[in-house]
Amino acid sequence: MATAEPVRAPAWVRVGLVPLVNLLLAFIVTGLVVLAVGENPFEVLRLLVRGAFGYPEAIGYTLYYTTNFIFTGLAVAVAIHAGLFNIGGEGQAYIGGLGVGLVCLYLDFLPFIVVLPLAIIAAALFGAAWAFIPALLQAKRGSHIVITTIMFNFIAAALMVFLLGKVLIKPGQMSPESRQFADHLFLPKIHEVLEPVGISIGRSPLNLSFIWALVCCVLVYLFIWRTRWGYEFRTVGQNERAAVYGGISPSRVTIWAMVISGALAGFMGINEIMGVNHRLLLNFTAGYGFVGIAVALMGRNHPVGIVLAALLFGALTQGVAEVPFDIPAIDREMQQVIQGLIILFAGALEYMVRPHVERAYVALFRPRRQPVAAE
Amino acid sequence: MSGGDRTQPGPGGGAGPGHAAPAAPAGDAPPAIELRHINKHFGPVHANRDISLSVARGTIHGIIGENGAGKSTLMSILYGFYQADSGEIRVNGQPTPILTPSDAIRAGIGMVHQHFMLVYPFTVLENVVLGTESRPLLRETLAGARAELERLEREYGLEVDPDAVVENLPVGAQQRVEILKALYRGADILILDEPTGVLTPQEADDLFRILAALRDQGKTVILITHKLREIMAITDNVSVMRQGQMVAHRKTSETSRDELAELMVGRKVLLRVEKGEAQLGPVILDVEGLDVVDHLGVRRVKDVSFQVRAGEIVGIAGVSGNGQSELLAALAGMTRPAKGHIRIRGTDVAGHHVDARTMRALKVAHVPEDRQREGLVTSFAANECAILGYHRAPRYNRGLFLDRGRILGATRQLMQDYDVRPPNPFLPAANFSGGNQQKIVVAREITSDPDLLLVGQPTRGVDIGAIEFIHRRLIAMRDAGKAILLVSVELDEIMSLSDRILVMFDGHIVGEVPQDRRDERTIGLMMAGVPLETAEAQAHAAAGAH
Repeated sequence: MATAEPVRAPAWVRVGLVPLVNLLLAFIVTGLVVLAVGENPFEVLRLLVRGAFGYPEAIGYTLYYTTNFIFTGLAVAVAIHAGLFNIGGEGQAYIGGLGVGLVCLYLDFLPFIVVLPLAIIAAALFGAAWAFIPALLQAKRGSHIVITTIMFNFIAAALMVFLLGKVLIKPGQMSPESRQFADHLFLPKIHEVLEPVGISIGRSPLNLSFIWALVCCVLVYLFIWRTRWGYEFRTVGQNERAAVYGGISPSRVTIWAMVISGALAGFMGINEIMGVNHRLLLNFTAGYGFVGIAVALMGRNHPVGIVLAALLFGALTQGVAEVPFDIPAIDREMQQVIQGLIILFAGALEYMVRPHVERAYVALFRPRRQPVAAE
Repeated sequence: MSGGDRTQPGPGGGAGPGHAAPAAPAGDAPPAIELRHINKHFGPVHANRDISLSVARGTIHGIIGENGAGKSTLMSILYGFYQADSGEIRVNGQPTPILTPSDAIRAGIGMVHQHFMLVYPFTVLENVVLGTESRPLLRETLAGARAELERLEREYGLEVDPDAVVENLPVGAQQRVEILKALYRGADILILDEPTGVLTPQEADDLFRILAALRDQGKTVILITHKLREIMAITDNVSVMRQGQMVAHRKTSETSRDELAELMVGRKVLLRVEKGEAQLGPVILDVEGLDVVDHLGVRRVKDVSFQVRAGEIVGIAGVSGNGQSELLAALAGMTRPAKGHIRIRGTDVAGHHVDARTMRALKVAHVPEDRQREGLVTSFAANECAILGYHRAPRYNRGLFLDRGRILGATRQLMQDYDVRPPNPFLPAANFSGGNQQKIVVAREITSDPDLLLVGQPTRGVDIGAIEFIHRRLIAMRDAGKAILLVSVELDEIMSLSDRILVMFDGHIVGEVPQDRRDERTIGLMMAGVPLETAEAQAHAAAGAH
């Protein structure tokens, strides 16, 4: 029960240095794993960085992955500010994508400029609806949100298999996918947008949803820290009794926080469905919803941190995929090991490293005072 | 450390040289505790400044000072939670480095914390042995411990059922378990940090009897408090701290409340509140037949009816846990009453869907009993705490957004008007002392200009300077024609502030104590459930017998 001496390290140590140390540790352990399979870790690192940032197409791919991570990271962060651990981002993104797909499949007689906002609204509504049910269960019946959201991930997966296998499947086709959307509904790629203005970058799946992700970061920041509703979220998240005292209804905040969280996760569907795949298909969420938890943790639930953390995970996803071209031993399984280690250190072990880094900083840099009355 | 091999530091054992400690009673035995020139910084704060202290063996030594004076820091150094930047600790004359709480326990120092360190679903016996299990099988440890525990209970009059589950015990008994834990670990020197903060007056008296028994058996007790009454009632010696420094050492028999208060605050303090006649206005709060049932289905408030008029302070006295908290919560809109009427200026709010927000809209403000858990969000900056409950008010919003400029301006004004220190609106609430936190809450509620102010334990854990200040503000509000309902377990506070006193017992209002017939004995009896007429007769009889 010994309380540690209160350590006051400046904010940049907690926000900046600690994640870097975590990252370094992850890289060191990863390096050892690479060594163990008989490869040169520095060579792998060089290939990884080149794969993520080395040429224009690579950067495009990295930012395309980053887009997904920003959406799912924001989703987790908004819920955490209200004291809720939403680990259903995966399912909410999946259903959000369904909403985008339905709009694009059935409203394709409308022009793009009408369909785009409808698709954004559908992504938000579908994602929000998928989060609303667990939120309602938590607020009214006390069912724990962690349990219900993770179960809703499975329900979402089963629902999608059913819909794509039986209902939305393109007739006369074996694979469970819908037909392709009408051409005019493809969300423009960034390289397509930039070409007419004379800027030429490499072809990549990076599309306009990246801009929407950045807009969402600003909106989330303003909402959480600058509005009375965000204030209510944070009050409930920090101290529910104080919230009740302040006339704030925790159950209402629970529902709204989850709805907004689910909507943000749902936006991932715009990137994947309308921006890249142009059809509804299975498993397009590919675990991005879960990585969002690590992104939010590493980004300390702040939009700026989330963009940086999302960029890191985007770069890893893209960079690691390039390594096997040169080093076959770093195969798909090794990629997962590397990603897993980063998530472990950056996310789960955050609290293992932080106190030590802070104490080390204070020990090294705190201005020493001369004892006033020495013996 | 196992229960079997306690080390009792022997007295003497080559007493160190130099008995230059201040206020050390002349004696042969070295002092039980001697602190020499202790210094401790937290960042820019010099929390302990060249502190020297000598505590004689077999005495009760009080350390008094306002919140933030450095008392708790000093005791945390003595108990090994913190390490001093410089200085020396001697135990029984021996220089003893105390780097961790285990070092302190080994040196025979035990600590009873303000907030108990108990495992609530465990029994008393299990709590006492916790961390000292000497055998792999719990049953064997417990059997050995039971005999020792019973011996300790007998010796010091610390009656607790070893097999009772701690969460079912009253607070006073839980505190006895903490003391037993320390004694079981071989404590010879016992530190108690604000031990009466959570106790009723009766429980406090029980505690004092136990402390006296401990002293008579040769134990040394260090009592940290900010309550002068306790210092005068129980201690042998007292040391006063102010702003990180030790400002005086006195023999308790040679000092007075007024002198100690002045030493603590650094200026003359008015211990009595002065107020004029109440100028009564219309009825603001009218409660009729109110029943409140808690979440376990227990009826906490039973058929309570009373009124509060503009311009008066109505005090509700009672031993803690007799329904006052639940009454206050229902009036504030935090819980819904099961039955009855609550009328605010004639508007009946019970039976509707009412929350704290609607009550605030009816100009009912509320200073909650537990500021840390209800009145503030301790991780929020002061300016965010200053709008809790009023964050939707147009004055703090501009369109969709909170108006940061006006919030900061209002917070600065509030901090200046209520002398909140430090006046930094960006500092997290947790970093303010208890008194300053309470000033933020009181200021927020009073400046909302309510017609009715509900106040729960306004000065619990608040230092003298702030108590005086808060009391004056409440009186000023009453004189401005506002209605105030005051709930407090501090009888002194109720008696000095209230225009009318109601006494609550077991959910009922036992009666109203008339202005001209209030004395501590009558109210005390009513707090035990005796109706007014009987109580008066008994009080008279007792007075006559004296």
